[in-house]
Amino acid sequence: MRSYLEFEKPVADLEGKVQELKALSQSGEAVAIDDDVAKLEAKAAQALVDIYAKLTPWQKTQVARHPDRPHAANYIASLIGDWTPLAGDRSFGEDAAILAGLGTFRGRPVAVLGQEKGHDTQSRIKHNFGMARPEGYRKAIRLMDLAERFRLPVISFVDTAGAYPGVDAEERGQAEAIARSTEACLKLTVPNLALVIGEGGSGGAIAVATCNRVYMLEHSIYSVISPEGAASILWKDSAKAQDAATGMKITAQDLMRFGIIDGIVKEPTGGAHRDPDTVMAAAGDMLDSALEELLILSPADVKKARRDKFLAIGRDLKP
Amino acid sequence: MNWINNVVRPKIRSLIYPKKEVPENLWVKCPETGEMVFHRDLEANQWVVPNSGYHMRIAPDKRLELLFDDGAVETIALPGVPQDPLKFRDEKRYTDRLKDAKAKTAREDAVLVGAGRIETTPVVAAVQDFDFMGGSLGMAAGEAIITGVEAAVARATPFILFTASGGARMQEGILSLMQMPRTTVAVEMLREAGLPYIVVLTNPTMGGVTASYAMLGDIQIAEPGALIGFAGPRVIEQTIREKLPEGFQRAEYLLDHGMVDMVVHRHQLRSTLGRLVRLLGPKTAAIPREAADPAPAAPAFAAE
Repeated sequence: MRSYLEFEKPVADLEGKVQELKALSQSGEAVAIDDDVAKLEAKAAQALVDIYAKLTPWQKTQVARHPDRPHAANYIASLIGDWTPLAGDRSFGEDAAILAGLGTFRGRPVAVLGQEKGHDTQSRIKHNFGMARPEGYRKAIRLMDLAERFRLPVISFVDTAGAYPGVDAEERGQAEAIARSTEACLKLTVPNLALVIGEGGSGGAIAVATCNRVYMLEHSIYSVISPEGAASILWKDSAKAQDAATGMKITAQDLMRFGIIDGIVKEPTGGAHRDPDTVMAAAGDMLDSALEELLILSPADVKKARRDKFLAIGRDLKP
Repeated sequence: MNWINNVVRPKIRSLIYPKKEVPENLWVKCPETGEMVFHRDLEANQWVVPNSGYHMRIAPDKRLELLFDDGAVETIALPGVPQDPLKFRDEKRYTDRLKDAKAKTAREDAVLVGAGRIETTPVVAAVQDFDFMGGSLGMAAGEAIITGVEAAVARATPFILFTASGGARMQEGILSLMQMPRTTVAVEMLREAGLPYIVVLTNPTMGGVTASYAMLGDIQIAEPGALIGFAGPRVIEQTIREKLPEGFQRAEYLLDHGMVDMVVHRHQLRSTLGRLVRLLGPKTAAIPREAADPAPAAPAFAAE
């Protein structure tokens, strides 16, 4: 059963009818409806194209959060061989909101970080809906240290609403853990790559996305605060999330325009969940060619290039 | 009161009647106890309420004057930045908010950088101004911190940062978020130059600021009672749906949880910082190792 977003209702209706007709034809109650089915299917496909041709930032936010959207674990399963998950921060605990491990990517050994939201109630609770606590970021730091020592490029799959806002997270130093993780990214002399696959939520994302190359999926978002959060703080009205999503410029296309990201992975019409394999393969190609470019550089240049890139952000925007 | 006060708009009025030096509120209320303090007494006490010990906000320029020997501040010029890259507006235009903040503080943005000496040791210090849009971290503040660090590196001095901020400046969207890695690059520059980086967390320091440069100091100092954290107390309350523990996210709570090195009363801040920069500063003249601890002519094992 496919789940539809509210703005996809016209498509949902048409595809629903197609299903009904198909069921009827199988039960043998109707004859010669193949033409009708084909017409309806074409109509549904066209409706989807029309809707996705002009998605608003708020609609993109919903696509980015779509429950069926491929998550970090899917990308790892699809792109990483010999996947060997590692656990724990060695000082407090294991945080499943961030997956960390070793594996191979297109034949090369790599270190991988993935913010995982989970796909059903049980796994969402296990992964805390992708919202990491300090131990998640400290595990990420540990993995990056490991990657540095063993010369492994680091690939981050970014998908979080943000770092977890809770008492326990605060008392164990959420802010410090995020800051140190960002610092760990900047210290690497091996290349690191980030791919925002859904939501790039503020500091919780930047902690693992301060990378040589940052890519985004076509309908993913990356923002300093969630549209809902901005609406409730700036407009004092969380119903203004649509306005906030538009005003804050959070889409992949906006970020490309501001020179924040390095590329966009195209999604099929209807979003990544309609054809996950194609999207993940395309993402793999983009990451692979980035690695090819970066692995030519000397270790010192890898670090310097990353640092220069972040220092340059915003400097050539028109006053 | 004459007719002109009632008719002429405030801006014009200020041209006709130059602004008086004396602030309108001569008495200041302690936010904690409600005690009324005469403004001169407060100023004389470094904006610490005499009885309650409450540390009030302090203007950035005053902060530097109190910090440096003889109050001598060499202001470091800061680069200009794009003013409203997103063309953002919420209930108000961002450009208007900026205009208001500039008028209110007579400052271009939320960070002031100055050089001076603390007990003779030269340092560069930056101060965040909470009165400028909540001290929020945007492109200007990020660039100011980078500039301050570059000045410290060029002069080979320690860098001291007084934080006060609600977090990232949302009106600059992703560009404000990018100040987190950008300021962290600045911290890395200090580390590589072997220069001390001391953070003084003042009330309040939250959000993207704590999650970047504010928590990366070699030494972390907090002012008493300062609210310091990542997520705001209200956000956390909404998440966990229960009341927060007493003193949660206060400086003393952070000290208890191992997140800061010390909580220092403002009256002791200058001497504490002076001692720290002496201890961490260049060793060449201060502690001549040979003189203090004469080494043998050759290592013992080489004699055999």
